[in-house]
Amino acid sequence: MKVLACIKRVVDYNVKVRVKADNSGVDLANVKMSINPFCEIAVEEAVRLKEKGVATEIVVVSIGPTTAQEQLRTALALGADRAILVESAEDLTSLAVAKLLKAVVDKEQPQLVILGKQAIDSDNNQTGQMLAALTGFGQGTFASKVEVAGDKVAVTREVDGGAQTVSLSLPAIITTDLRLNEPRYASLPNIMKAKKKPLEVLTPDALGVSTASTNKTLKVEAPAARSAGIKVKSVAELVEKLKNEAKVL
Amino acid sequence: MTILVIAEHDGKALAPATLNTVAAAAKIGGDIHVLVAGQGIGAVAEAAAKIAGVAKVLVADNAAYAHQLPENVAPLVAALVQVGGGAGYSHILAAATSNGKNILPRVAAQLDVDQISEIVSVISADTFTRPIYAGNAIATVQSTAPVKVITVRATGFDPVAAEGGSAAVEAIAAVHDAGTSSFVGEELAKSDRPELTAAKIVVSGGRGMQNGDNFKHLYSLADKLGAGVGASRAAVDAGFVPNDMQVGQTGKIVAPQLYIAVGISGAIQHLAGMKDSKVIVAINKDEEAPIFQVADYGLVADLFEAVPELERAI
Repeated sequence: MKVLACIKRVVDYNVKVRVKADNSGVDLANVKMSINPFCEIAVEEAVRLKEKGVATEIVVVSIGPTTAQEQLRTALALGADRAILVESAEDLTSLAVAKLLKAVVDKEQPQLVILGKQAIDSDNNQTGQMLAALTGFGQGTFASKVEVAGDKVAVTREVDGGAQTVSLSLPAIITTDLRLNEPRYASLPNIMKAKKKPLEVLTPDALGVSTASTNKTLKVEAPAARSAGIKVKSVAELVEKLKNEAKVL
Repeated sequence: MTILVIAEHDGKALAPATLNTVAAAAKIGGDIHVLVAGQGIGAVAEAAAKIAGVAKVLVADNAAYAHQLPENVAPLVAALVQVGGGAGYSHILAAATSNGKNILPRVAAQLDVDQISEIVSVISADTFTRPIYAGNAIATVQSTAPVKVITVRATGFDPVAAEGGSAAVEAIAAVHDAGTSSFVGEELAKSDRPELTAAKIVVSGGRGMQNGDNFKHLYSLADKLGAGVGASRAAVDAGFVPNDMQVGQTGKIVAPQLYIAVGISGAIQHLAGMKDSKVIVAINKDEEAPIFQVADYGLVADLFEAVPELERAI
């Protein structure tokens, strides 16, 4: 079975971003970029499915700028077989990304599509669910366990109250949560091999997809800063402050 | 303008997050309808009808909606909007809970509109603010969509009164059953403590707790305070406690009156989940821990001494 793993190029999770002075966005000049952590988990899950003999081919796809080829090469080094970049320099919304992915799904006909549950830049948590709507597939979001059996996949999901398991008919969409797996590191030989794996570049126009949006970001501001308080010397002083100063006890 | 709020519930009771979501709807302005989808949900519908400011409650009671599977609920919501050629609703709101996050983007894509996730304030009927980059930036977003599809971060809005309304209740007969998914089972945490996102006081533990057993110190303190118990991602990843206790960017977002962070260093993604708390207390033996930069009261101490002492002192 063919698995499509989707990745997004985002600011590295260790970078503390700053808002630009003109409030047009955050400053991403010269900061480290990486595969979104949840997307890395998606690639790892696809690779494990292949190692188990469930998946036969892993296609990794990203929607983004030319530079997203770096992240696709990383995914190839982790074990994906080939890559597709749908190149767009624009800041696309989740719906536009989902429409582009739908076009790739139509072309590739995967049985399973695995995505990260959310990107750590836009924090939207939308794309997988939207792709599920557009394809009409079932969705297993926030997955902590994935088991393929026959023409079904059982997905255990992290939900507010604990865990829920659903069974989906294949083809299906899965979005990953943190505890699904722990991604491996790419080995040097695999990084070298990845350079020779095929990477196809497409455009939204070639796929016949409009990326028009109904959302417009008017401005981006720094959040209200929370100033550091005081250090107390003892538990007794802490309790006194909480009772008499903060009045929360 | 008429706004549809999707009720958050577990099949038995209406969840408090619904009241915050109705509050966001009230700020947008217009008639407010609440959709309760599930099976055997009479009590939830009754509770929804009592919410202050709600004009109508729509009840979709069918086996297909039993576990609020998005494959079945999303078409139900989309159909309600498309009634009368799309004149049905101007806004669709749901709480940014695991249900809301699961269902609403599917609705938005079916309606061919972008969604605005996790709003924390309403500027006007089409403009909202929302945190991005783990709360390190706040974006102001305007929607030109004919129907605005929005999830609401509960901590951004004070809840409306649960009582005082007397909305009309209307049953919806339409059944959408996609047949692509089915519920297998669930393992829900059982706890007598207040739910994290609704608790007035939250006590959270991090990697400094060392193991799951040591969380008993926090449970004991929490029970004396009537508090909920949370955890950092590090503590959940290490297997000390289950995932439903995680507070942070991708876990639960809390904003209690008092947040006590015990043995938590204060990673960005954890701060994103709790920095809107009214008063923050940090107990950590490392005086350089970043958590002290957001804490109102910091105590540099060994938590295994400080926590029992705190419990005795209150």
